[in-house]
Order: sequence, then C-alpha cells, then structure tokens
Amino acid sequence: MIWRLLPLLVLLLLAAPAKSQSVAAHTAECRVAEQQVENNFALQQVRRAIAAKQLSILVIGAGSSLLPGANGAKNAYPARFQHALSEKLPGVEVKLATDVKAKRSAAEMVAAMPPAIAAAKPALVVWQTGTVDALQATDPDQFSQALDKGINIARSAGADVVFINQQYSPRTESMIALGTYAENMRWVAVQQEVPLFDRFSIMKLWADLGTFDLDSATKKLDMAERVHDCLGRLLADLVIEAANSDDRLPSDRSGVKPSEPHAEGIR
Amino acid sequence: MKEKPSMAPIPTERDLRLDLFRGIALWLIFLDHIPSNAVSWITIRNYGFSDATEIFVFISGYTAAFVYGRAMQTHGFLVATARVLKRAWQIYVAHVFLFAIYLAEIAYVVHSFDNPLYTEEMGVLDFLKEPDVTILQALLLKFKPVNMDVLPLYIVLLLWFSPILWLLLRAPSMALVASAVLYALMWTFDWNIPAYPSGTWAFNPFAWQLLFVFGAWCALGGAQRLNRWLNSRVVIGLAFAYLLFAFSIAMTWYFPRLGAFVPHFVGEAIYPIDKTNLDILRILHFLSLAVIVVWLVPQNWSALKSRWCWPAIVCGQHSLGIFCLGVFLSFAGHFVFTEVSNRVLTHVIVSLSGIVIMVGVAALISWYRVIERQGPGPRPPTNKKSFAEGNA
Repeated sequence: MIWRLLPLLVLLLLAAPAKSQSVAAHTAECRVAEQQVENNFALQQVRRAIAAKQLSILVIGAGSSLLPGANGAKNAYPARFQHALSEKLPGVEVKLATDVKAKRSAAEMVAAMPPAIAAAKPALVVWQTGTVDALQATDPDQFSQALDKGINIARSAGADVVFINQQYSPRTESMIALGTYAENMRWVAVQQEVPLFDRFSIMKLWADLGTFDLDSATKKLDMAERVHDCLGRLLADLVIEAANSDDRLPSDRSGVKPSEPHAEGIR
Repeated sequence: MKEKPSMAPIPTERDLRLDLFRGIALWLIFLDHIPSNAVSWITIRNYGFSDATEIFVFISGYTAAFVYGRAMQTHGFLVATARVLKRAWQIYVAHVFLFAIYLAEIAYVVHSFDNPLYTEEMGVLDFLKEPDVTILQALLLKFKPVNMDVLPLYIVLLLWFSPILWLLLRAPSMALVASAVLYALMWTFDWNIPAYPSGTWAFNPFAWQLLFVFGAWCALGGAQRLNRWLNSRVVIGLAFAYLLFAFSIAMTWYFPRLGAFVPHFVGEAIYPIDKTNLDILRILHFLSLAVIVVWLVPQNWSALKSRWCWPAIVCGQHSLGIFCLGVFLSFAGHFVFTEVSNRVLTHVIVSLSGIVIMVGVAALISWYRVIERQGPGPRPPTNKKSFAEGNA
C-alpha cells in the first residue's frame, strides 16, 4: 500500500507550498490528504440544486458514519459535511437527512433506500458502505450488484450519488479482507460514473504521515471527532468540485478548489 | 488424440527449479500477507495480473504428480491414494494449528484495543461470542480468516487428486481437457463452495484446479511435449508482449493519470480481474512468466546448486511447513507494526528477519530428515520414500 502512496507523497512534498494558500480554510491536519480527493465525474443534480440555492442531501451509511456519545450525531462526518458545505456555499440552504445504522450490508441499505429517499427528496445521496460486507464476507458479485441497484434507485429518484469507501483501520487490517470490496466499489464507481470519496487512502495517508495516530487504544473521542471533522470537510471539497465540473474531461476545472488535471483512475 | 497407455517415464531427478521458485513464491506470499508492508512493493502482484499464489499452486500440482505419480506406477492406485489422503490430512492439521494462532491474535486485540472510530470494524470479533459455531465452521473449512484460504484449497485439490492422477497416467490430454471443461462449467454455472458466515470460498477450487492439474500434466511428460513451443521465438515474443501489457495496466493502478492512455474498451474488457475464479488474464500472465523463466533458467543451470540459490530451494523443498510458518510470521509481523513501530525501516527488518527465520527452519527440517533417515536400529535408509513424504 505504501508503494501506492509513494508517488503521492512526492507530489505532496512538491505541491505543498503552492497549495497552502488555496486551502487556508482547512486545518493543517486535513490538508495533507487533499491530493487524495480526486474526482472525474460531474454531479449535475447538485449543480442545479446549488444554482437553485437549495441543496438537500441524504447520507446513507453504516457504523463508520456514526460516533458514540451524546454529541455523536453532531460531531460525526455527516453533520460536519453539512457544516462545511454551508460555509463554502453562502446563500445556499443545505439540508441534510441521514439514514445511518450500524452493521448494515450494502444490500440491506438498498432495501431501506426507497422510503428514505422518498422522505428526504435529495439532490445528492452520499453512500458509505463496504465494511460490513467485508466483515460478513458477502459474495463480492452480490455486493457489486447491490451497489448498481442502489445507484439506479437514487438516480431514478433524481439524485446524484457519491460513494464513501471503507476506513483505514490498522489494528484490524490483518483480520478484515477489504481488498475485493474496495476494488469492486472502485470499479462500480468508474463504470457508473459516480465520484468515489476514497476514505481509505485518505486515512492511510494520515496514518503514514503521523497526522493521526489511528493505532492508539483509547476510549476518548477527541481524535475520532477530529478525523470526522476532516472527512466532512474533504467530502465537501469533493462534492463542490464535482458540482462545478461540467463533464468528466479533466481539463475543465473551474472550481472552488484549484486542482491539477488528472486522468480517469481505473483500478 | 490417442495416448500411449503409459506415457513417458516420470523423470527420476527432481527439477531444482521447482523448489527454487516455490521457495521464492513462499517468501512473496509471506511479504504480501503482512498488511501495509512497505517491502511488498517488490512482489510480482504489483507488476502484473498474477501473483505468487499461481506459482505455488502450479508447482504444488507438478510436485504432487511427480511424487504420487511414481507411487501410483510402482505401488498401485490404492497405495498412492492413501498417501495423497495422508498428505491432505497433514495439511488439514496444519490449517487448524494456524487457526488456533489466529484465535489467540484476535482475542488479544479484543482485550487491548478500543477506539470509538472503529466500532464497526470491531464487529470482526463478533464471532468470538459464539465460539462453538465458529470453531465448528472452521473445522469444516467454511470459516476461513483472512489469508488462510490457500491451505483449504490445497486440501480440496488433493482430495480429488488420485482419480485425476490415474487419468493423467493413462490419457494425459483427456485429463487436461476434463480439467478445462470443469473450469468452463464453473464460469458458466457459477460453481463454488459455500463459506461461513456468508459468501463463497475466496479461492474457488473448481477454478484453481486447472492450474494444479496443468502442473501435474507438465510433470508427467507434458513439459517435454511443450518443449518445441517453449523454445519458439514467437511464443517467447508473445509472452514478453503480454507481460509488458500487464505491466502497463498495473502501472495505472499506482499512477491513475496513466489511466487516460488506456482505451475505454480495454478497461471494459479486462476489469474486474477475478482472483477468486482464477481469471483467464491471470492464467495467461502466469503462463507468460513461466515461458520466460523456463527460457532464462535452464534445468542444468549451475547456479541452482550454488549457495546463492540454496536458501530459496530449501524453503521450496519443505513447502507445507514453511508456508504455515510464513502465515504465522505475517501475523507476528503485523503485530510488530502495530505494537512496536510502523516505520519503513521496521518493515524492512521484519521482512528480512521473517525470510531468515523461514530459511533457518527449512534447514532444520532438512536436518531432521537426515537424522530420521539414519534412524535407530537396523532399518535401511529409504531414499525414495523420503521424496514421497514431505515434498509434494
């Protein structure tokens, strides 16, 4: 995995001084992973919703979209994402609904999708999945089919989709085989032209650079909260960038965040 | 095609190249099994479609045919079958042993690790709540923790090996065709063995048997038949071209920018590259590697007997023990990364020490073989039998 990140690390070192101005709003710890937030696909519905000054979002997810505690919902990434979007899109009303329950596989979330979408009428469905399927060792083909089905349900209800993949979790790395599920997710995202928020690589980079000590055994929430805050901000970057890009051509990049052109990332 | 009733006699001298490359494959599997290991960038899976598993399965098929084929010719079907099944039993015991170590590791994590960020991931420990079910499913080979899929595959392949060997000794081409038909049927009807708690086996035996049987076929005279092709410039050229193609595709995994140069229809055609069902692209990649290796490394290459090749060869000669050791060492290595230090230097030290330990233990097993052969009392040394036992 480190090998995959080496070129990025080099890029980061080269790009860091040039980048620092454009991301003044970010805290330093989030910023290091900014290169990981790549997107090739446009979010047309979100673009329209922003133009209409009303953006409604539905976050569908499992346990890693939650934080424990009384303030869990307020500090978990969905709420931080909403907060970051409101800051970056002055004048736009950002509404957020969540359908988040622990231990749900992709297929279970698909089953719960139609009523949730009917209630929230979102322009964007943010879908976090992949961990529970890896834990339960679901048939990878069925996992991919569930992803396709979910995308179709959201799209036919007039919503764009963004995927969030698994967390990087160093302690359990030798016990959960994420690989196939992460790859299938990436592949479905490319085929269906859905932006993928690569949470795994972002957190891996944080761990490699020592931004967050993801190995630490603690009951305290402070690091988890900062991680979720950063994830929410970076996710907002991705969504705004995708809403601002007209099509998947890398040359067009008239966004909030200046970014280098990049190619279609098939993996 | 009509075969002679008993095909070319099985060569008596063991091809050291097999041991060499199986030893290297065992090292690579060890390196790949340590999650996030910086050193694993050197392993072949990063530069093409196939990985060390293909090498391991092919060579295991080759050596199984080499050892048990001779047993079947001299002692008959029954004795050879008995030996194959004994081997399968040994592998089963080894697998259960590894599972016990895995349980210890995972139970340690339950007690030592707690982090609100990873509530969901800790669900991996849920199975400890009903150990009766889990352990039973593990004994049935249905519950298989991460990286413990290869031995169950090997067991299943050996369970049905002796009828295949019987056929291979009589009508080798037919046996190979039958294997390919099974592979095709598997793709058509989605055959696989169910797993627990859900899903199917990560290495589909209906698919991977093709490589195992192909290895066995090569051992029983197939390699000689292929000789004409293996020395053809056209084949070598094609193999190089395919490796180059796979290499360029692999580079787009690390440098997504390069993906722009991959035409859309190529992506559509090749992805996803299925490891569970042994994608044809993976087979072709392995075959290309094999063609190039056979071309570069002749059987009588003098270095095979030198001390430089010895460490890998000795590991390859005791593959079962060294494979299990490698799985254990990869658990241990990951443990060091999370508990002690996660710097790149640690990765290098852990990887190198792991390989040194594997070589040391392999040498120790060899030494035990020698003293056991000398044995107590008047029993004469039985050289031939020793091949049949540990090394298949």
